[in-house]
Amino acid sequence: MAEKKATRQAYGEYLVKLGEKNPNLVVLDADLSGATKTNIFKKAHPERHFNVGIAEANLMGMAAGLATAGKVPFASTFAIFGAGRAYEIIRNSICYPKLNVKIALTHAGISVGEDGGSHQSVEDIALMRVLPNMTVLSPADAIETEKMLEAAMTIEGPVYIRLGRSDVPVLFDESYHFELGKASMMKSGSDVTIIATGLMVVLAMEAADQLKEEGISAQVINMGSIKPIDVDAIKQAALTTGAIVTAEEHSIIGGLGGAVAEVLGDEAPVPLERVGVKDLFGQSGKVAPLMEKYGLTSNDIVAAAKKVVSRK
Amino acid sequence: MAFLEETVRGIRKDIVKMIGKASSGHPGGSLSSAEILTLLYFEQMNVDENNPQKEDRDRFVLSKGHAAPVLYATLAAKGFFPNAELENLRQLGSILQGHPDMNKVPGVDMSTGSLGQGISVAAGMALAGKMDNKSHKIYALLGDGELQEGLVWEAAMAASHYQLNNLIAFVDNNNLQIDGAICEVMSPFPIDAKFEAFGWNVITVEDGHSFDELRTAVEAAKKSEDKPTVIICKTVKGKCVSFMENNAGWHGKGPNAEEVKQALAELEA
Ligand SMILES: Cc1ncc(C[n+]2csc(CCOP(=O)(O)OP(=O)(O)O)c2C)c(N)n1
Ligand SMILES: [Mg+2]
Repeated sequence: MAEKKATRQAYGEYLVKLGEKNPNLVVLDADLSGATKTNIFKKAHPERHFNVGIAEANLMGMAAGLATAGKVPFASTFAIFGAGRAYEIIRNSICYPKLNVKIALTHAGISVGEDGGSHQSVEDIALMRVLPNMTVLSPADAIETEKMLEAAMTIEGPVYIRLGRSDVPVLFDESYHFELGKASMMKSGSDVTIIATGLMVVLAMEAADQLKEEGISAQVINMGSIKPIDVDAIKQAALTTGAIVTAEEHSIIGGLGGAVAEVLGDEAPVPLERVGVKDLFGQSGKVAPLMEKYGLTSNDIVAAAKKVVSRK
Repeated sequence: MAFLEETVRGIRKDIVKMIGKASSGHPGGSLSSAEILTLLYFEQMNVDENNPQKEDRDRFVLSKGHAAPVLYATLAAKGFFPNAELENLRQLGSILQGHPDMNKVPGVDMSTGSLGQGISVAAGMALAGKMDNKSHKIYALLGDGELQEGLVWEAAMAASHYQLNNLIAFVDNNNLQIDGAICEVMSPFPIDAKFEAFGWNVITVEDGHSFDELRTAVEAAKKSEDKPTVIICKTVKGKCVSFMENNAGWHGKGPNAEEVKQALAELEA
């Protein structure tokens, strides 16, 4: 895996292109434009970049107002402050009136690293997913980020895009096609299906290789579109492999694991193991040891896969 | 006096060393508020390093929680925990998290890190003090960029409404936030008139690095009869480290070994 790039970086760079195509696109930030990478857009289109200061509630409120006037606002800050502090503004001023606001939040998950638990959002997928009218996207790499940004522009309504701080391997190439509500098959297999999102996708691929050596054939699905979720792909995976593992850099409550559990319960009950943060807050540390501490490694996925296969 | 000067110098050195060791953290806003914390913990506040939970102690809330290093260095200097602990800043499993955790660090009265929330919590602490007829004070430290958070003004309104004269807030007015100068990003000025309009007793300290000026302000604040007090301190972000002074680039970045060396040399001079 040669190239590495943070999804936030891909976001900042691609915004410039989107802004060239769409003169109504405006970008809002809350004193984190260097970290969220919207400063790349600011450089290219300074007249369409607005820094509201350290005021996330106002960030979302103003984005809603801009949307009522036909602008296409992208509102960015860290996931914890955007999805957290501004939650009810997103609910009542963006989702309830179904306004065309794109909420692109960076520094999601444990991989924030040293800033610690106060800054590591492991709840945002759950918070955003439960909102009517909201679309929730969680890219696995830089290319998928770009494709999702294009898709977000075709949606007339609120979209949440979950972006990371750390560099992650580039998995896809330009030929990758992202379709809203559709999962992408990364690897086929027959004994178990690993459904992963975000930076866990690459770890799921590694886990599948490890499992193969141990005689377990694992299929890997990238679930970038968390809402709408690909019900058919999940059903199909349940029917063909009979056991599912989910993997996400998020709480096992309410995120991808929760969403998949809902689908399985409704449509095709089979054993499920959820790899993710186990109802805990994060803490400070370097990314790799943190991922290990919180059970977010390929080994954890392997262990979950073996366990779920034994439950068949 | 010489004691406070020596103490704050040691605290600054510890700030630089620990953030250098961690290769991450927030030096600028830690250095700008070093005198404020030194004066509070070494002269003004009633706290006991041997009994951090002492019931009637004064409380301090670091509302600008990213300045954790100045709080940790001050608490260590005061003896709340061994100085050697500072080396573990931001390490996995450390009590010294990137932002202060009240359940991990002896002497930390509130977990903070999300801007705007600390002052609101401090107002709640002050209200509890009033309910229980206590005479202890609640101190809070806000960043000037932090004043952009609406929650700060919700708390400000409540604090004067409930006549919380036991609440004393400092604003570290270093004129910088992450994306640049506060007046360019989103001006909070006029800060004094805003707090006045919200019903606060307002004191401005022209040199927020002068212990004499800070002391005069705190002593006046303690006498406020029915209003919360804000002490607006004009400070220099990155104070005493030449290459960090007034430089937004040093808001949240760890100095490398060479930079640590230079900074320590300047602090020792
Ligand atoms: C609610 C919230 N939004 C954003 C941040 C990220 N952040 C950390 S420090 C900072 C700038 C703070 O500026 P200021 O209050 O002036 O602090 P100082 O200059 O004293 O360091 C920001 C935006 C945060 N910690 N909390
Ligand atoms: Mg400041």
